[in-house]
Amino acid sequence: MSTMMERPAAAAGATYRICPTTGLKVDRAAQSLIKANAVAAVVFLLIGGLFGLSVALTRWPAVHLLPADWFYLALTAHGFDVLLAWIIFFEMAILYFAATLLLNCRLAAPRWAWAQFGLMLVGAVMTNVTVLQGNSSVMFTSYPPLMASSWFYLGLILFAVGALIGCAVFFGTLVVARDERTYQGSVPLVTFGAITAAIIAVFTLASGAIILIPTWLWSLGIISNVDPLMYKLVWWGMGHSSQQINVSAHVSVWYAIGAIVLGARPISEKVSRTAFLLYILFLQLASAHHLLVEPGVSSSWKIFNASYAMYLAVLGSMIHGLTVPGALEAAQRRKGFDKGLFEWLRKAPWGNPAFAGMFLSLVMFGFLGGISGVVMGTEQINLIMHNTLYVPGHFHATVVAGTTLAFMAITYLVLPLVFQREVRFPKLAQLQPYVFGIGVAGISLFMMGAGTLGVPRRHWDITFADALTTFQFPPAAFMLLALNGIFAIMAAVGGAMYVIVTVGTVLAGRRIGADEKVQLGPATGAQSAAAVASYGNAETLRIPGTVVLVGVFLVSFMLYYYVNWKYLAELWPLK
Amino acid sequence: MAITPPSERIWWKEPIHRIELVWVIVAFAWGLVMFFTMIWWHGFGQQNLSNEAYRVQPFQFSEKVDKMIAAHTVRQDGAFPVVKPPPGSDVYMMGRVYMWWPMLELEKDQTYRLHLSSIDLQHGFSLQPLNVNVQVHPGYEMVMTVTPTTTGEFGIVCNEYCGFGHHTMTGKIFVVDRT
Repeated sequence: MSTMMERPAAAAGATYRICPTTGLKVDRAAQSLIKANAVAAVVFLLIGGLFGLSVALTRWPAVHLLPADWFYLALTAHGFDVLLAWIIFFEMAILYFAATLLLNCRLAAPRWAWAQFGLMLVGAVMTNVTVLQGNSSVMFTSYPPLMASSWFYLGLILFAVGALIGCAVFFGTLVVARDERTYQGSVPLVTFGAITAAIIAVFTLASGAIILIPTWLWSLGIISNVDPLMYKLVWWGMGHSSQQINVSAHVSVWYAIGAIVLGARPISEKVSRTAFLLYILFLQLASAHHLLVEPGVSSSWKIFNASYAMYLAVLGSMIHGLTVPGALEAAQRRKGFDKGLFEWLRKAPWGNPAFAGMFLSLVMFGFLGGISGVVMGTEQINLIMHNTLYVPGHFHATVVAGTTLAFMAITYLVLPLVFQREVRFPKLAQLQPYVFGIGVAGISLFMMGAGTLGVPRRHWDITFADALTTFQFPPAAFMLLALNGIFAIMAAVGGAMYVIVTVGTVLAGRRIGADEKVQLGPATGAQSAAAVASYGNAETLRIPGTVVLVGVFLVSFMLYYYVNWKYLAELWPLK
Repeated sequence: MAITPPSERIWWKEPIHRIELVWVIVAFAWGLVMFFTMIWWHGFGQQNLSNEAYRVQPFQFSEKVDKMIAAHTVRQDGAFPVVKPPPGSDVYMMGRVYMWWPMLELEKDQTYRLHLSSIDLQHGFSLQPLNVNVQVHPGYEMVMTVTPTTTGEFGIVCNEYCGFGHHTMTGKIFVVDRT
């Protein structure tokens, strides 16, 4: 370490290194915290992924891997480990990255950030151990009056408090950056997206605390009763809104990867930022999606909330659906890939796992996750989908194909830039997004298919072998569950490839020297980014390929939406 | 770039490109269409959940179910009584670990007021193969007005997890032609 690299910051004694590739100033404390959170995230992805694979193999009727009690245990652990632990640990890393590296700033309070890490880790381990003891198989949602061990709720509360501290450190860092004038003008778009994620996270984690603390007291016998409907309403303020943290975070990741790999610049800062603002204002209403077939909630309440106040948050996502690929197209055309509608896409760096993962994430999130989510969240259509396998089918498209794949993609940039290691097994890394992406697309589609045939979610045996009276699902349902199992294996292989590459790189990757520039990915260079950092203005912009893509998207959306109204119309009249 | 501060410091005064503007308007209009489709369906569609629901103590609901069983049981199906209440009347279906109690026999094209509740945990009333799915809470009694239009034997599955025996929780509704 040369003294040139280390400059004490004014107040906190922070030390920095200068990234040779990007020229960014990297606070060492922030770097350690990004590493710690990312490593914890991958560990929980591995654990949760294995639980998920065992669930899918149990649903496959010919395999039926686990006994019933283990199935419900594994499903509970799977939900917590991947939906909360993997994603929120990774998001903490993203928040620290967006507030320090991108703003050239030191982390506001590294000790508090370590408290964030410690509390989340203790909480996550506590919840896992409690679930593995077997008396807390209440599912990730833990609806009362079903009661788990009090340690289960305490683990969740500690985890949430830790994440809240992380958000506070993030906001504190923004204040420091502003005070110390570490950047000019407005924050970068990616940081703006991270701010969106953090604001939603505060709302989310507060909702979690508001409902989990009384539920914890109830499990200890201090409170006599938790109303099941109130619990659902407030709990989903955490459960669904936490998915909106993911959306904001992974959309930011899309923009970041586009910028780093292709030098893409947002078409319009104003439009992209407004879309994030719509998330802050309206996404949280989605708690209502879980109450559409509930007693005691009025139709007008359901319609207003489930539509995010006239679909204003959907509008936000549809805007990103144009601006993200549009920015990529514009950058590619500027580089000379200007022939026809799609040369920019054909000649994109598909061999770069960061780009490939990002683009697959974008397409699958929109076409599979986005459309199915809006359809399922329609007040009346929910009747033919609620609690069927359609629900996990939908959210595997959003959270796994969307968020997880995007996070995996940016890992391939984080490894050289933050961990300062050259990615090991580059061929494996190149294939990884495709194997994982196709596997997850299969899981989503086949679960949705089984759901439309009425197959329930969270169900060990749809042959009802031990039931007092049975019902026969059509043979197609069994076939779809078998396909789901096969594609789950494929996704698990893709997940394992990711773990092998990341762990291999962190432990045994070649160290990148302090003044060595890195090639970001096998097939492209960030070096080209500088040349296209600014490609003109609104007057010269041409993005016809993107216009075709969003046109196809809108038509698919409309057709699928009305097909489902037609299915609904075939039911018995209800009122 | 998206990872650096905007190159135009006054970025909020940059003009919006026509393609973006058109897409924003189209997407917003589509959102409005979807929003008003839900409202329209309340007036013109046949399949809407009612807003009728009551708070109820589990034992009170259980008493109403017992009363219906005592008055209208027509036969036994395994462990279950099969109840055939008169058309137009109030019929009850109770969720409990692990069965939907009792079995109902309804007449085609007749209208019934179906009351759903649970006496222990949350359950998911899932009528198959129709695929109608409604959440059932203890302490809340939901009333839906239903008119069966197809005859046959319909299975009821539980699709809300309710403990290690959840997958054994089933029930039945029979729909028969008017005799």
